[in-house]
Amino acid sequence: MNLKEAQKQISEIKARQMALDEKDIDTWHQYQKQIRKLEQETILTPWDHVELARRPDRPKAQDYIELLFDDFMELHGDRRSLDDPAMLAGIARFHGIPVTILAQSKGKTVEENLRQHFGMPQPEGYRKALRLAKQAEKFHRPVITFVDTPGAYPGKEAEEKGQAQAIAECLYTFSSIQTPVICFVLSEGGSGGALALSVADKIFMLEYAVYSVLSPEGFASILWKDGSRVKEACDVMKMTSADLLERKVIDAIVPEPFGGAATDIHAVAEKMDQMLRQALEETLHTKVRTLVDERYEKFRRLGDGAWKMSK
Amino acid sequence: MDSLFKERKKRLDIFHQWRKKPQPKAKEIPDHVFMTCSHCHASIATMDLIQDQYVCPVCHHPFKISARERIRQVVDENTFKETEAKMISIDPDHFPGYQEKLERMQHQTGMREAVITGVGKIQGHPCVLAVMDSNFFMGSMSAAVGEKITRAIELATKKKVPVIIFCTSGGARMQEGILSLVQMAKTSAALKKHSDAGLLSITVLTHPTTGGVSASFAMLGDIILSEPYALVGFAGKRVIEDTIHEKLPENFQTAEFVLEKGFIDRIVPREKMKQELGMLLGFHSGRSAS
Repeated sequence: MNLKEAQKQISEIKARQMALDEKDIDTWHQYQKQIRKLEQETILTPWDHVELARRPDRPKAQDYIELLFDDFMELHGDRRSLDDPAMLAGIARFHGIPVTILAQSKGKTVEENLRQHFGMPQPEGYRKALRLAKQAEKFHRPVITFVDTPGAYPGKEAEEKGQAQAIAECLYTFSSIQTPVICFVLSEGGSGGALALSVADKIFMLEYAVYSVLSPEGFASILWKDGSRVKEACDVMKMTSADLLERKVIDAIVPEPFGGAATDIHAVAEKMDQMLRQALEETLHTKVRTLVDERYEKFRRLGDGAWKMSK
Repeated sequence: MDSLFKERKKRLDIFHQWRKKPQPKAKEIPDHVFMTCSHCHASIATMDLIQDQYVCPVCHHPFKISARERIRQVVDENTFKETEAKMISIDPDHFPGYQEKLERMQHQTGMREAVITGVGKIQGHPCVLAVMDSNFFMGSMSAAVGEKITRAIELATKKKVPVIIFCTSGGARMQEGILSLVQMAKTSAALKKHSDAGLLSITVLTHPTTGGVSASFAMLGDIILSEPYALVGFAGKRVIEDTIHEKLPENFQTAEFVLEKGFIDRIVPREKMKQELGMLLGFHSGRSAS
């Protein structure tokens, strides 16, 4: 069954559930069983994942920051020319441990969306991330990154100010930064703009998030010169969390409730908390040198299996 | 007597190699007496072009050249030894049409992938080279390209020699999806290790250097050179125009423009490339990390 049909049926059952007499617990349970069955039988297409990832009510980085951390203190600016609001950064405590947070931030209202370019950072945003990552390294503070961007901002000024150089420097610096780096891919991860924040020791991806070389629209337009063939693009792009886990690009999937994180953000945040705690425990107990070596090795092996030696 | 046989064998080898070459030839190999400059549309005698290292004598625009020709132009004669020559892409996900296109590219160019790597000398200075070729799949970044470049950088680190990367790429190889994207991180990490060992890296941007390649190793050289008039940028011009709803200036994303903005060290015309690379290597020789 497809997602839309299942969602429709489930909401019908839920309505009937609501109308039940309080004492009729048996029927309530029966309805509940029907709902579970429908959820299990639903097969999500890659395009469903994209739609879920793009839902306007999907929780954003700031929602998770609020739930996961205490005392978040935002820090601004790249100390060169400006402060990019698409890159939300600061220091906070995670179960008492100070951590540096770097998050691509789409914003929640239309005004915020526009001001923050829908989470597409400019070079200054990446330079802010770099500055604060180096600061974190100095104080041996773990870095937690949240990836949520369709890509780096493709603007005139962004090019003039060295978008390519800023992203390249992120990849370069994060590859050997002497402190743990943990990454969460929240909803959309697109192109080098997302990769810049995901050179990490552990990469966790929300179940319905997508992460790809390019947006499906861009992919279809480049490959087939037809931007409308998005669903077809999604089918071949291998961009779901399961695809990425299989290719070892991510380390684990954060399970989401049926219908996506928006239906129960607390359940998702709780799982993230658990995974983050475990990841920090592991990485903070590893010698920094070993950690950096392992990070190198992890990225070094990506793509094995997509080449071979010919005769 | 011995030398006579050697000479003969050498000639035979050349003949065999010539015969083995796949028939449809790479674009810059002259099959016409004249070639047309893509910039000023002047017709130039191919023989003259070869002598001028494929630079238009009228407008000085460099013609597109293959990786092999590039190596011939900058590396000392008989010093280049290719590495990882047998590495090819496979198509584990069976992307529609990808395998056929790979084979077509291999047939058309006589290359196995979009980059040639190896060791050689430039004006006597040993170095490792990675030379990309835009005739092959637009020089797009596949896992094999990323692996070859990473291995080249790692070889340079191991040998404690400089690495020189000639870049030309339209960006990621879409057919390989995310595995193409992560090559940016892999190659950048390898360059960081090379740099941490106190070694020199030079990247040379040639037309076009865009997308993922520009946002990784291309922009990470200790010294970044560029050929004149090369297209250098991250996002495509059309994408930018669609985003900001205005027309971009004519010179946007040219090497000259990017140099003016402060992201390229020098623009070096093709005829001076070897000499300048030699000088740069000379500045840094005898200072290898111990």
